[in-house]
Amino acid sequence: MAGKPLLRVVNVKKSFGDKVVLDGVSLTLNKGETKVIIGPSGTGKSTLLKSINRLVVPDEGEIWLEETEIIRCKNINAVRQKIGYVFQDFGLFHHLTALENVMIGLTKVKKMPKKEAVEKARYELNRVGLSGIEDLYPAQLSGGQKQRVAIARALAMEPKLMLFDEPTSALDPELIGEVLAVMKELAESKMTMLVVTHEMGFARSVSDEIIFIEKGKIVEQTSPEKMFRDPEHQRTREFLFKLKDLYGEGGE
Amino acid sequence: MLDFFELVKKSLPTLLEGTFVTIKLTILIVAMGLILGLILAFCQIYGSKPLRIAVAIYDRIFRSIPELVLLLLIFYGMPGIGLRLSPFYAAVVALGLRAAAYMGQIFRGSFMSVGSDQLTAAYSLGMSEYKAFIYVIFPQAMRAFIPPFANEYAIILKDTSLAYAIGVVELLRQGQYIITVEYEPLPIFLAIAGIYFVLTFGVARLLKKLENKLKIPGIGV
Repeated sequence: MAGKPLLRVVNVKKSFGDKVVLDGVSLTLNKGETKVIIGPSGTGKSTLLKSINRLVVPDEGEIWLEETEIIRCKNINAVRQKIGYVFQDFGLFHHLTALENVMIGLTKVKKMPKKEAVEKARYELNRVGLSGIEDLYPAQLSGGQKQRVAIARALAMEPKLMLFDEPTSALDPELIGEVLAVMKELAESKMTMLVVTHEMGFARSVSDEIIFIEKGKIVEQTSPEKMFRDPEHQRTREFLFKLKDLYGEGGE
Repeated sequence: MLDFFELVKKSLPTLLEGTFVTIKLTILIVAMGLILGLILAFCQIYGSKPLRIAVAIYDRIFRSIPELVLLLLIFYGMPGIGLRLSPFYAAVVALGLRAAAYMGQIFRGSFMSVGSDQLTAAYSLGMSEYKAFIYVIFPQAMRAFIPPFANEYAIILKDTSLAYAIGVVELLRQGQYIITVEYEPLPIFLAIAGIYFVLTFGVARLLKKLENKLKIPGIGV
């Protein structure tokens, strides 16, 4: 792997009061890679993602996006434009149509002329398979469509990195597939992605590496083959076993 | 004795003069309530702790004192500390200060009604707090603001009649003048009631139309 990693998380720590949520997490992500983070709930996965675009400010450590250190940088809004963020609960703007949701970052943050922004937004919606719903409002969309609009909104900013925080956890089972398909396509087009998910099928078939986090620490990070066939740690094994129980085998 | 309608017709120009004053009072009180209320809401949401406490105290005071007492206090009381206002402006200040306390609460509730998930999403796109407020919070908060505002407007309009007590020649007092001359309270009071009704109901309808026009498709109620 040539060159420097796109994202470098170095020994990040974060506590909320007495509760240690991140206890020295380090990881790197090279350009074009997709890594999946798994782990029991409440073990800091979301906090880790939020730290990466400073929605949460870590107590210690460094986070580098290429040449910019994120925790201490002056202009966080410029950094956030380079990091697409997809939330579990979508975070769509209720008063804007699907098209306007995708456009708003372009016109108001990137200062793109409106005409150009419309075109770009249409292109991004088309890319996530949502042509024809441009003028619908979030409340008129299904969960899967909402999440795909949210993905299109993030992609429109042309981010260097996409963060997905349990993007399918709030969806009905029959809607999960359409979102995962979009994400899979993205990964195949060499978008750099860090994904928190329990979708093992996705993790297995798409990720370059799976990272198992528990109690704020990385227990194990390895290739999907090894993770599923022969994990190093007993805890990883137990957790994967539980997931299998809950979500089924999930292989391709 | 004049015929009922004859009398009303004859009195109408005088009553409309009073109506004009009532409308002026209402507009000024609403404006003061909106501006001061918005400031109060911002202080309460974004302000430091002492500021928040100050707003809470203001709120408590002006929501707990009867408006008539406020009016008398400001008109008759304030000259005692060298602040002499005309009856009209005393009424604007007294009722405006009260309206601001309520409007502040309405603004606050409207801003808080926009989910924090949207705010987080706005930040994640690289929006500053200012942009997130202008483009995401404000347009949605305004929609939530209209129904309680319509309610507050009706209260303000009706309560301008209290200014009667300190001698403002608004609709009610103009009516009283006519009654002292004509000795016909029933038709005059009915006419006054009718004018208040039209002003309240008419604007309420307009605001309802605005509310419907701005309604976000797919969101019920």
